[in-house]
Amino acid sequence: MYPRAFHYHRASSLEEAAAMLSQLGDEAKLLAGGQSLIPLMKLRYANPGHLVDLNFVPGTSYIKEENGALHFGALTRHAEIEASPVAARIPIIHDCAAGIADVQVRNRGTIGGSLAEADPSGDWATVLMTLQTEVGCQKTKAHRRVQLVDFIKDAYTTALAHDELVSEVVVKIPPSGSGGAYVAFKRSAPVYPTVSAAVQLSMEGEICKDAAIALGCVGLTAIKAKDAEGALRGQRLTDKTIAAAVEAARAAADPQSDMRGSADYKRTLAGSLVKRALDIAILRARGEQIEAGHIYA
Amino acid sequence: MPDVFGKLAVNLKVNGKPHSLTVEPRMLLVELIRETLDLTGTHVGCDTTYCGACTVLMNGAAVKSCTIFAVQADGAEITTVEGLEKDGQLHPIQKAFGDAYGLQCGYCTPGLMLSTAQLLAQNKQPSEKEMRKAIAGNTCRCTGYQNILKAIQMAAQSMKGA
Repeated sequence: MYPRAFHYHRASSLEEAAAMLSQLGDEAKLLAGGQSLIPLMKLRYANPGHLVDLNFVPGTSYIKEENGALHFGALTRHAEIEASPVAARIPIIHDCAAGIADVQVRNRGTIGGSLAEADPSGDWATVLMTLQTEVGCQKTKAHRRVQLVDFIKDAYTTALAHDELVSEVVVKIPPSGSGGAYVAFKRSAPVYPTVSAAVQLSMEGEICKDAAIALGCVGLTAIKAKDAEGALRGQRLTDKTIAAAVEAARAAADPQSDMRGSADYKRTLAGSLVKRALDIAILRARGEQIEAGHIYA
Repeated sequence: MPDVFGKLAVNLKVNGKPHSLTVEPRMLLVELIRETLDLTGTHVGCDTTYCGACTVLMNGAAVKSCTIFAVQADGAEITTVEGLEKDGQLHPIQKAFGDAYGLQCGYCTPGLMLSTAQLLAQNKQPSEKEMRKAIAGNTCRCTGYQNILKAIQMAAQSMKGA
């Protein structure tokens, strides 16, 4: 399958790419990993007149720790994050990177591209919403940082202006005594999850000091399950408090029936995945090395 | 600012051989490999980034060549299934897929062998879980994967000394 013919532009810096967007207008799209955009173009769901290729911009792929935060260059591939001991400082980030699609897609797909696409079924936004995450946004002559919760506006819609692009993703390293986990339920590796759940806890002894819970694929954006978080915050994590959080998470899900399952099924699944992620997060907060992975049907 | 609607220059190496070509921007890497270079061992299955039949190595990394534009491979080194054998001798991965009956119709096999090549380059003794994860992006509709896993294990064994 061939996409519609387009003009190809190779940017040599992010500033130049932003200038190209500004000059080319609405007809232009950015090409990062291309693992969503190219299939959409081949199916002619997306028909950009101009593609601005970011893959030849030097210095856009990095993972570094600075001032208590992890910094990811916009074009850092999922596979690079999966293999990075620095990124593994935040285990939920490793869970996410290692579980996206398959090896081939992880070798190409990028963290910045995933956030900028804002697909409701994407993995990164769900995971990063449970952490303190900021998105670096670059224009030709201006740079700003936007909190992730403000960056994701709606399905496939972000706070980026038409001549602005993601330059970096900055994630604060959680305090010691924290633990998180991300679990997604998929029919097979290459597809999007049916439902996914991310949980990040901060513990003080037996008491849950803070909790963040986000659900993926069950709404127009990743959903922050605030009532579920409230059911855990300041509480001892007993079977009863955990059951209350799971129930609240189920209520927060807003799924649609589709070929992946009915709305009822997805709502039930959301509760089960939150429970699984919570169990792993609790053990990790105690310092245990627990492997978490995606579950296949 | 480069702005070309027509042909773009692409310089790349395929199986060690350098090529200087001009391509239309929308040409996919798999089309360049199959149609321009006549290397038809790389297959097109689903054409929607699912099945992995089009898997090749790009600078050592397994990629789906139906989901990369040819122009993006400018400066890259590509390995296709034709590049696995050396001096008329099958690569240990190719030999293992034959010996272990790791194929039936063979359509998915080139892609599976290149995913195996990336795995064994990074991990000389993969566990079964690691093998399964490495080929999760390659769909086989004949074998049920058991003999493919045996083939990967056999290839790992015979490549250990290498």
